[in-house]
Amino acid sequence: MTAAPVLQVEDLSVRFRTRGGEIAAVSGVSFAVRPGETLAVVGESGSGKSVTSLALMRLLPPGAAVTVTGRVGLRGKDGRMLDVLTLPEPEMRGVRGDAIAMVFQEPMTSLNPVKPVGEQIAEAIRLHRGLDRRAATEEVVRLLDLVGIPAPRQRLASYPHHLSGGMRQRVMIAMALSCEPAVLIADEPTTALDVTIQAQILDLLRRLQERTGMAVVFITHNLGVVAEIADRVMVMYGGRVVEQADVRPLFARPLMPYTVGLLRSVPRLDLAGRRAGPLPAIPGNVPDPLHMPEGCGFHPRCGDHVAGLCDARLPELESAGEARLVRCVRWRELTP
Amino acid sequence: MTERPILEVRDLRKWFPLGSSLFSRHRQQVKAVDGISFSMRRGEILSLVGESGSGKTTVGRTVLRLTAPTSGSITFDGQDITRLSRRQLRPLRRRMQLVFQDPFASLNPRMTVERIVSTPLIIHDEPGGIAARRAKVEAALQLVGLLPHHATRYPHELSGGQRQRVGIARALILRPDFLVADEPVSALDVSIQAQVVNLLLELKDLLGLTILFVAHDLAVVGHISDRIAVMYLGRLVEVAETRVLFARPRHPYTEALLSAAPIPDPTVERQRIILAGDIPSPIDPPPGCAFSTRCRYATEACRAAVPPLREVAPGHLSACIRDDIALQAPRHGALTAPSKETCRCRLRSTGYRVTIACPRPSTSSSSAPASSASAPPTNW
Repeated sequence: MTAAPVLQVEDLSVRFRTRGGEIAAVSGVSFAVRPGETLAVVGESGSGKSVTSLALMRLLPPGAAVTVTGRVGLRGKDGRMLDVLTLPEPEMRGVRGDAIAMVFQEPMTSLNPVKPVGEQIAEAIRLHRGLDRRAATEEVVRLLDLVGIPAPRQRLASYPHHLSGGMRQRVMIAMALSCEPAVLIADEPTTALDVTIQAQILDLLRRLQERTGMAVVFITHNLGVVAEIADRVMVMYGGRVVEQADVRPLFARPLMPYTVGLLRSVPRLDLAGRRAGPLPAIPGNVPDPLHMPEGCGFHPRCGDHVAGLCDARLPELESAGEARLVRCVRWRELTP
Repeated sequence: MTERPILEVRDLRKWFPLGSSLFSRHRQQVKAVDGISFSMRRGEILSLVGESGSGKTTVGRTVLRLTAPTSGSITFDGQDITRLSRRQLRPLRRRMQLVFQDPFASLNPRMTVERIVSTPLIIHDEPGGIAARRAKVEAALQLVGLLPHHATRYPHELSGGQRQRVGIARALILRPDFLVADEPVSALDVSIQAQVVNLLLELKDLLGLTILFVAHDLAVVGHISDRIAVMYLGRLVEVAETRVLFARPRHPYTEALLSAAPIPDPTVERQRIILAGDIPSPIDPPPGCAFSTRCRYATEACRAAVPPLREVAPGHLSACIRDDIALQAPRHGALTAPSKETCRCRLRSTGYRVTIACPRPSTSSSSAPASSASAPPTNW
């Protein structure tokens, strides 16, 4: 764990100006990922997890309606730290897909439907690695084989609609891996897939990570997947980090009431068929970003909130032991 | 148990003809549902699980007679509804309703909640004036945990969970006794899923509903169902009570499905069966057992004939001819159990991730399992 981080995010904030008012989609998010490490970002809709990943890739639409502040440091292929947010766009284009790559949730909408998959993958390779057409094609075959696509040479001419959901996601992963990125951002890569295919893809990502030592930022809302793939976990709520910890301590002893609630609300497989009463659900709804509650964003849904304390001001993200952060004024009294 | 089942399905088939081209002689058929039989007792929640393309949604739609079956029979509360006309179905429609998966797409964005929820009353000429209708809408909203003022809202003003509650209120306003819920929670946020699952269970008890629950999330299914029917490529491969199915699966597909479900506990030692490839095409299913192409226990006999669904224990049906194999239940697999694939786990003591390549069950060689651990190496 002493290796220097390949991705270092400091105080990242993203604001959108909308007709209804300004939305703080992401507020003061900081984290670091080291080579070979998997950081899971957990959150629900509106938590800011996807906006965070798009900001890291500099894929948010440019213009006055979006304001991104903070610092994103990314170790480039030559070893020096790049300041992603200030990099000129032409240079960023050389980094995107090369040092940092992304896999999206919906492979059908992120692949070009009118271009054979072989060409789509070759495009990135030729652009970033300067291979000629023939060499690039050979490389595509190797990559498709690597991600477990049977008969890869025959698949080069296939269009995305020829492929199943799992196959399309493999193509996306092959494309993302084509330049051996130092950081892979996977935004809900298995959410649209069946559990059996999800297991295949998670297994594939783990094996590829072991082989290439890339860092993975895995965005998901599925806590089962988190337990399976993550080394560290960052829980987001209403655009803010509310808890950060190594995966085992987080599941063993969650500190933030939101994390506690999330973990308890997932039905347990070992209790299947026992009907052990209603699930301990978190009441209420995910907050509206235009009307974020005062104080702690979670307090209206929190069973442990104290009037005059939790709704008065935003709690600090404070240290709660080694490599642990929590944003709750009451965590000391709430956790045994 | 001598009570008449509320729903009885016999040898149901639903084939969809593929669009024939000018040059093709034979019209190919997608065998979405290919001969399934089950019955449901009153007040029961039966879950249909399976991968996409297994035909579970088609079963749900066909038993509601939203599409006409190709063959087989559907008996609802003693009445054969297989061949009823639209007009004949009408009085029955109020007794059987559907909750959709996507609470965004299934509500008309230009209607208020009140209009959405009251539409079934209008369609079925429910007696009473506007005031009576309004009272019924309010009661239905209250039933699903919404407030009276939600009646004047439009869908876009509501959260995903609230929208799904509107969908449930619409399904329940005619007080049906049978509900098909097609993936009702899978589009919702995690913290909201539990709310809707609890709501469905409460309503079931309160209104005496019978629910056919179509889903792929095994954790939710395990919590909500009395019985589970596992589908693969248009056929049922296993039917059992929830507890029994999770504790002792009898079909290799169920075993693989259960082992693929992610467990929210990083300390659990997993023994995952990773199925190779995808579900085969329902246009041209493999001969014999459709699962044999991905099954690690498959033999020649499996490919010879379609195995019938038969009772392997009281109330437990399975369509696998291999009685000689011992299948693993989730979480109970020992590391030494045979597996075609590699086993991945974390060592409880150290937290290191370890990969162990296990010998195939069929090979009798005594070669020691090759192991490789992520750094730092362990002395396996």
